[in-house]
Amino acid sequence: MAYSDKVIDHYNNPRNVGTLDKAKNNVGTGLVGAPECGDVMRLQIEVDENQIITDAKFKTFGCGSAIASSSLATEWLKGKSVDEALSIDNMDIVEELALPPVKIHCSVLAEDAIKSAINDYRVKNGLPALEMPKSHH
Amino acid sequence: MLTFPIYLDNNATTPMDPRVLEAMMPYFTNKFGNAASRNHAFGWHAEEAVDYAREQISSLINCSPKEIIFTSGATESDNLAIKGVFEMYASKGNHIITATTEHKAVLDTCKHIEKIGGKVTYLPVDAEGLIDLKQLEEAITDQTILISIMYANNEVGVIQPIKEISAIAKKHGVLFFTDATQAVGKIPVDVEADGIDLLAFSGHKMYGPKGVGALYVRRKNPRVKVTAQMDGGGHERGMRSGTLNVTGIVGLGKACELAKQEMAADTARISAMRDRLEKELLTIEESYVNGSVEHRLPHVSNISFKYVEGEGLMMGVKDIAVSSGSACTSASLEPSYVLKALGLSDDLAHSSLRFGLSRFTTDEEVDYAIDHVKEAVSKLREMSPLWEMFKEGIDLNSIEWAEH
Repeated sequence: MAYSDKVIDHYNNPRNVGTLDKAKNNVGTGLVGAPECGDVMRLQIEVDENQIITDAKFKTFGCGSAIASSSLATEWLKGKSVDEALSIDNMDIVEELALPPVKIHCSVLAEDAIKSAINDYRVKNGLPALEMPKSHH
Repeated sequence: MLTFPIYLDNNATTPMDPRVLEAMMPYFTNKFGNAASRNHAFGWHAEEAVDYAREQISSLINCSPKEIIFTSGATESDNLAIKGVFEMYASKGNHIITATTEHKAVLDTCKHIEKIGGKVTYLPVDAEGLIDLKQLEEAITDQTILISIMYANNEVGVIQPIKEISAIAKKHGVLFFTDATQAVGKIPVDVEADGIDLLAFSGHKMYGPKGVGALYVRRKNPRVKVTAQMDGGGHERGMRSGTLNVTGIVGLGKACELAKQEMAADTARISAMRDRLEKELLTIEESYVNGSVEHRLPHVSNISFKYVEGEGLMMGVKDIAVSSGSACTSASLEPSYVLKALGLSDDLAHSSLRFGLSRFTTDEEVDYAIDHVKEAVSKLREMSPLWEMFKEGIDLNSIEWAEH
């Protein structure tokens, strides 16, 4: 299977690889996937007092498409408000990276990671947790 | 000088040796006859070429030329051996013994046998990838007609104790078939010394052409027969109908001749390169060889690089053609069943790369592979959350991973 140029670009030059201090109250961390499945994504957001995501970092264990999906997600998250971030749909990632059908689960995982990070932030800041969609991949 | 990409996936297929191509060329054009045409020179030339190939092949595996049945490749040979024995010996029994690490061509044929009323025992393997001889013997019943155990495994290169298996088969009057696709042409295979009754192999794994293979079927002590799986002109002593693939057969013959001449020298050179590659890659922290290193083909090394996913790693070494036990290389999302049969956890199976060297591999290519695999593992670990947790001393088994 050939990778799209965008996947290759994110793989070769991943944006925002790293770690934010998960102990901080304004940092939300999402850890999704499982080693047994061959994909684990950790996505973190840092939110300012205006509910704007000022920083986003990821680390991913997975194939090129999984790495690219999470790298792209961090790019999209920066500058968005927390509410806007919730509207990122996995199919947007599929479209942007031209993922083939067997790699759609990578985009689903990235969407889960975003929601999971936002939830972590919400709970830390006394907001009710959002209901997480049950993912199937 | 290096040319890219570098091919280190020789368990999947090998490049054809130019000398094999040269031997085949005349049979595409001038010498195009049908080996079954008995009434003119075109047919005679073709038949002579086929007979010569039979001799080249039988000389490599120490059998009679009459015991070679030409097929389209190892998958067909596996099917013919297993289904052919099952039908031919139906009055004697319906039980076959095989192992969980066999190639799909054997496993799926056995599944078919089960669907049509046969019984199949799938022996497990130990952490080294070897079957347990005691378990094998205990699995034999009065209904057992065939033991089907591969000579050497395609993913990890582990060589089964063939002589011991055949001795058990003989003791119980059971036929012994071995899928020797990865072994023939790479290590000495001798059907007499090894006590093999049926043996499958193919041309393209030993520097020969694709689309041609053979099934060795013993004619004496005991005389073995298989029921044909294709109806037609009764070629190959009635066991495999179909006009002979003369060019392919000539190529397979030549490949066998070269293997016989050059195996010892090739093995010395290739295994030294493989050992160097493996030794260097094992200097990477948390990397492990999969399968027995003692009972192993000389050109194969299967290594897991923990906390790095195999397909992601292959993308990082895109100038090097290798394969991985990672699920992402298949559509099923299931990692290699062979590695799992060896007892590897799913995450280690996902993290594996298989290196297969060849007669044409150079030291320079091995150097390149060593440097670039090291670099890619290190780069991917920098972005692996699992590596970070490992470094922080977090037990990954203590984490409740999301349903996936």
